[in-house]
Amino acid sequence: MKDNHRSATRDVAIAAVALIIVLSIPFVHRSPAFEDFVIRLSAMALFATSLNLLVGNTGMVSFGHGMFYGLGAYAFALMMQMTELSLPVVAVLAVLFTTVAALCVGTICVRLSTDYFAFITLAFQMLIYSVIISWQNLTGGDQGLRGGLPRREIFGFDLTSQLHLYQFCAVIAVLGLLALRHISASPFGQTLCMIRDNETRTGFLGVVLWRARLCAFTIAGGFAGLGGVLAALFVSGAYPELADWPNSGQAIFAVMLGGINSFLGPLLGAAILLALNDAVARVTEYQGLVLGIVILIFALGLRRGVLDFLRLAWPKGLR
Amino acid sequence: MDLNALGACLTTSACVVTQTTSGLIVGMLLFLVAAGVTLIFGVLKIVNFAHGTFYMLGGYVAYTALGVTGSYALAVLAGAVSMAVFGVVFERALISRVYSSNVLMQLLICYAVVLIFDDLVKIIWGPEFHAMGMPPTFQVPPLFIAGGVVPPFYAVLIGIAALIAVVLGLGLSMTRLGKTVRAAAINAQMVSALGVDTTLLFAIVFAVGGGLAGLAGALAAPVRSLSPGMGFSVLIESFIVTVIGGMGSIAGALVSALLIGLVRGFGTIGFPQFTDGLIYIVMIAILLLRPQGLFGRRL
Repeated sequence: MKDNHRSATRDVAIAAVALIIVLSIPFVHRSPAFEDFVIRLSAMALFATSLNLLVGNTGMVSFGHGMFYGLGAYAFALMMQMTELSLPVVAVLAVLFTTVAALCVGTICVRLSTDYFAFITLAFQMLIYSVIISWQNLTGGDQGLRGGLPRREIFGFDLTSQLHLYQFCAVIAVLGLLALRHISASPFGQTLCMIRDNETRTGFLGVVLWRARLCAFTIAGGFAGLGGVLAALFVSGAYPELADWPNSGQAIFAVMLGGINSFLGPLLGAAILLALNDAVARVTEYQGLVLGIVILIFALGLRRGVLDFLRLAWPKGLR
Repeated sequence: MDLNALGACLTTSACVVTQTTSGLIVGMLLFLVAAGVTLIFGVLKIVNFAHGTFYMLGGYVAYTALGVTGSYALAVLAGAVSMAVFGVVFERALISRVYSSNVLMQLLICYAVVLIFDDLVKIIWGPEFHAMGMPPTFQVPPLFIAGGVVPPFYAVLIGIAALIAVVLGLGLSMTRLGKTVRAAAINAQMVSALGVDTTLLFAIVFAVGGGLAGLAGALAAPVRSLSPGMGFSVLIESFIVTVIGGMGSIAGALVSALLIGLVRGFGTIGFPQFTDGLIYIVMIAILLLRPQGLFGRRL
């Protein structure tokens, strides 16, 4: 118990230091490209880390996690456009909406075993994607939701300013990651790891497997929705691509690239992936080719994510 | 949604024949792709995410071969054979290195191959759509069956796919190789211990799977246009077919491919905007009722 308490304090300290560093960078040096990168990274990091709660912690490989990212973005953008509510209220409602959606989808999915789980989540994602594409009156179809987001100020911050959006996203992402860290280190998180390692034995210990899985699925969906809210703020709208399969693929890739057994792995993976995409886009239009070759090198060379690899190389170092 | 149009269609034989034919075309081509997916999964326990790429490459190779030789039969052969070879190379060079690792590593490698070849196709054949056009032999007036229009090429296509389904089914149940494959699907280690070279067996399975996907791509090229990234929609649908039919079951793949084909054929009339969504709903509904798929073994 004491150990748990100490590690929670340590996590909060690390998060606080990280937040102070990130927030102080613009006061030292303003770089629009860097701020842009951090804004996108905060959305992607929440998305990938929440996916890892399923993949790494629980051993549930979801191919359709992008649906909650997309739903969060659409719910937020639509409510901003159609109601008079203030931004924080809409953001909370959008996350709640995504959480409820995850609960509904999860109820159907979590009882299926690994491969079938992967496919049915993918099917639900494609179903939601087709609904978004075909419900043109509401979502704007394949053109996406246009017209921008009105009244984007929160507590005196104007989120149309890049600096303020940067600060807002950084704070939300760090708080979100801290919450996810807390969840995965909690007894509930330990239960999830037990399910991953040996589900039969976990069942014998009295854990109701489907309920624990459903909880994990719902929580992960909610945090992916929060990532979607940040994405909607960044693009000032919502696009069907947010809920499409390559987006889920990117998240899985970020998780794998960074390392599924390290909490900060997906964050690192998302950062590498975004940086790589940006760098490659500047040089060539064939991003897939370069990205694919890099993936092959990682997959065949390291055979695990970067952070997992480093932890194996220096077991006592990065814990 | 347009249920009146669907109702009107179902009462006229011409419309029923036309939609059934287009449904059968979709279903039979899907079956060829899904048979490979289900065979590879059944024996190697690998979910081959790169299978749509085989289909796409088969189409493009056939397109080029037709330009060089001028013979559609040779083009189809080229598409199938090249993808059988490609399947073996893919299995030996990449997949075989991660048999023992996490399933996600296999998925990641397949994802990388999809990305690489989508771009390679853009570099080699260009990013625009290509139309192969109907082979001259089949540029003849269509058949009329009960008032419905059935182009002869469609009939031939359905016939070829049906023939392959029969050959595949008989091959798996009657021949020595087929029996070994089925045994390996149940327990590959035991088959290996009994003296069968499973390395060779796995390569053969990948060759057959790749060849079938290449064949489907080449056969489909005259009726569908070629584009980079075309593999993905086929991949998703063949996965749906595999999952609905029960993973590892060839008969299941055939039945569910036809089911999806017909849902698509008639769905375009009743739900023109939402045909894709309809298929996902069918899949979700079936998985809810029978999680192991229609012909799958109990989990």
